Amino acid sequence: MAQAGPGPAAGARRAASRATWLIAFPVLAILFWTVVYPNLHVIAGSFEGGLGHWREFAASPADREALASTLIISFASVIAASLIGIPLAFLLTRVEFRGRLALAAVATLPAALPPLVGVVAFLFLYGESGVVTRTIQHVLRLERPPWSFTGMWAIIVVHAYTMYVYVFLFVSAGLERLDASLDDAAAGLGAGRSLRLRRITLPLLTPAIAGAMLLVFMSSLGSFSAPYVFGGGMRVLSTQILNSKLSGAMGLAFVETTVLALSAIAALSLLRWFEGRRRYTLSGKGGAARLVLRSPVARWLGPAAALVLVTLLVLPHAMVGLVAFARDGAWTTQILPPEYTLDNVRSLATETRLWTPIRNSISMAAIATMANLVICFLAAYLIVLRRFSGRRLLEVLVALPWAIPATAIAIGLASTFDRNDPAAARLLLVGTFWILPLAYFIRGIPLVATAVEGSLKQMDPSLEDAARGLGASWWLTMRHVVLPAARPGLIAGGMLAAITAVGEFVASIVLYTHANRPISMEILAQLRAFAFGTAAAYSVILILIVLVITTIGRLGSFSRAASRLPQ
Amino acid sequence: MDAVLGRQHPEPLSPVTAGTLSLVGLTRRFGATAAVDDLSLEIARGELLALIGASGSGKTTTLRMVAGYEVPDAGAVVLTDPGGTPRDITALPPQRRDFGMVFQHYALFPHMTVGENVAFGLEARGAGRRERLARAESALANVGLAGAASRQVQSLSGGEQQRVALARAVVIEPRVLLLDEPLSNLDPTLRRTMRDELRATLRRLGVTALFVTHDQEDAFAIADRVALIRQGRLLQVGTPEELYDRPASREVAEFIGRATLLRGRLESGTITLAVGGIERRVAAVLPGGPVGADRATAVLRPDALTLDEAGAPGAWPGTVVGRRFAGAMLVVHVALADGVAMEVHATNRSVREGERVAVRVAREPVAVVDG
Repeated sequence: MAQAGPGPAAGARRAASRATWLIAFPVLAILFWTVVYPNLHVIAGSFEGGLGHWREFAASPADREALASTLIISFASVIAASLIGIPLAFLLTRVEFRGRLALAAVATLPAALPPLVGVVAFLFLYGESGVVTRTIQHVLRLERPPWSFTGMWAIIVVHAYTMYVYVFLFVSAGLERLDASLDDAAAGLGAGRSLRLRRITLPLLTPAIAGAMLLVFMSSLGSFSAPYVFGGGMRVLSTQILNSKLSGAMGLAFVETTVLALSAIAALSLLRWFEGRRRYTLSGKGGAARLVLRSPVARWLGPAAALVLVTLLVLPHAMVGLVAFARDGAWTTQILPPEYTLDNVRSLATETRLWTPIRNSISMAAIATMANLVICFLAAYLIVLRRFSGRRLLEVLVALPWAIPATAIAIGLASTFDRNDPAAARLLLVGTFWILPLAYFIRGIPLVATAVEGSLKQMDPSLEDAARGLGASWWLTMRHVVLPAARPGLIAGGMLAAITAVGEFVASIVLYTHANRPISMEILAQLRAFAFGTAAAYSVILILIVLVITTIGRLGSFSRAASRLPQ
Repeated sequence: MDAVLGRQHPEPLSPVTAGTLSLVGLTRRFGATAAVDDLSLEIARGELLALIGASGSGKTTTLRMVAGYEVPDAGAVVLTDPGGTPRDITALPPQRRDFGMVFQHYALFPHMTVGENVAFGLEARGAGRRERLARAESALANVGLAGAASRQVQSLSGGEQQRVALARAVVIEPRVLLLDEPLSNLDPTLRRTMRDELRATLRRLGVTALFVTHDQEDAFAIADRVALIRQGRLLQVGTPEELYDRPASREVAEFIGRATLLRGRLESGTITLAVGGIERRVAAVLPGGPVGADRATAVLRPDALTLDEAGAPGAWPGTVVGRRFAGAMLVVHVALADGVAMEVHATNRSVREGERVAVRVAREPVAVVDG
């Protein structure tokens, strides 16, 4: 029998591979140029003149202190966030009581506060002249405030408040996914509640708990706002990097950045390893029966505890809202601001000078998010639906900005894009408008790419083949098959990227100029000028922008669902 | 008929720990709907009882109430120990019932080895490590998995998982064994093998067992008695043969096996059936009790009918409209007068579609139900 010649088949494969590389090459080049290249600059810079900067780092007591404090704060934040997040996840997933669902929604509120706004809210509440601090001082008739909300413990408290959400969400999801029949089976075999918790539930949740803990650890490592505002004299790596840069010790800043980035990448590698181990918990049908509280005491205790918790969680938001209407300069020694005015909000709307940061933030976030949507869609498409040799590299490139703390990203950009040198692929962006959208773009890459990958993985890969088999061109298939499948991920990822960008503070403080100053920098400037009302008004505007973005995202999802209904 | 009913079953053995299980007027409502409605059943010591019904009929809810995962709104679960002392266990939590359960998806603990899975119930009972491992090993050997203790559950095939789940449930020497659709996850070939294997194992253990299935072939192959429920109510309980040959109602006749239901005239132990003006009188039994004079319906099973040559005296003439080869016999669909369609099991393989034939009742008496 005559064999079919390999020629046409091999030719078709070559053509397909060429088409894949036609998309892959520019995507890889852009990611390499924006994500890897600046970091290589930082590493190379740390070795400029040999090991001198590294020796300087090792010998510097300030840097040793910063490294030690960063690690201590990160470990303590992990413990504090777990102590809140794990019991709360069990309570809200496994116990049925009135208001459970509402409380579960409120429990994720801290994640909705842009980092700097969260810190500002804590300042208004628990700072030396904060409302809670002054109330206690007043009630107990103390001469001095009962505490000074600075230093390591203050940073840990702020971290615990903002980061327990990761633990809560991971553990709740783990509990929801846990196959209810496993617990039933163990009970049927005679195991009591504590044995089931110890031998079945906790072992199955270990990967989720460990994953969440590592996430908290990584976030604490890179955390900037809390140490910057509440650190007092305390040094941590992220703030130390900025100090070194401001004092012109760029070599040392490069070493500090490298150390910080490497610690975070090590944590990320561990996290990926745990995620790989987590797979077996995904197999369950979920839906464990919730414990219904029967005793009257427990039935009152549940909602009462819930009420206290809701108050604690909502207080920072409420406080920012209240201070936004306080007259600047009037709030001195009183518990609550004594005078209220609409001036703060009004002036934001009328004074061009005050409106500029808002316009800047919105336009820069929009530019960064648009770029994220295009590049990350292509990257996710290549990762999920194409088989080619650069796939693994692409996966690493889109995950990398997640591991690298924002301060490190900013230092990389500041040192790479500070001159025009086309031969070395360097452009002068520092001092221009474009440096911040670039930084926001880099931070948004893992958010959008992961979300779109998630959506595309749910698509049956044979759909694309089916469309091509029916004679559809590449572009038609993209438009009618791949893009609709990616849409939920594009909406969710775009939403997250836009929210992160519009409230961005950590990279902004390193790279901003007066002309492109974002809202977060203006909040800091107003705080420094003791214009608390104006700072709070900006914070409220920021929260409102986040709400608008969320609503637009939700409407996008709804309109998609509606378009599927029969007409 | 063997294909549907399976082989005849030997008498149950007398188990040591097994008890008698009674469900007394069990009721469970979800909102306005009663998932289980006043259900009473008795499962004798060492008996295998299958609870069958369509999806949503309330069979799994019943099983979960027996296991203790659901609390009934009314009624009781009563366990009588071998000494004859009855005990109301309705309010007892699952962990204190000493029941074994095999779940539909097996619910094997993914983070434990096969041996640890099987030994878990013994750990809950405070057995020492050495004893646990020895008993787990012997329970695994009992289900044909000797030497598998150190394997990971993810590496097991569907049939092996089912056997591990069974070993885990029986190693604790349960007073009652509960099985929730234990064969539904297996492919058809494996399912047939596992049916026989499961029955043989349960017989050997002599355990009192209640198992839930929607598949009557599973139920008939494994159980001593079968209870059919619909919309939470018990329709009939009896041996597979009783349910097939003596259905108590039209619903049972329609759910169990295949049947042609034909209205007739009931008089003194016989029923007269007329098709196309040709009347036949056949002996009748009334398993469900008296039926209304104008509602008597004969249940004609395909294996109780036979094909005859066209024009044979005393038979109803018809035309073959379909035939399906089923191994031991041919399943023939015949269109008769008055729009009556009958399914007949024939041994004569030469029957062709479009052929004129005649149908007669070959086995009497036939069951007559109301409806």
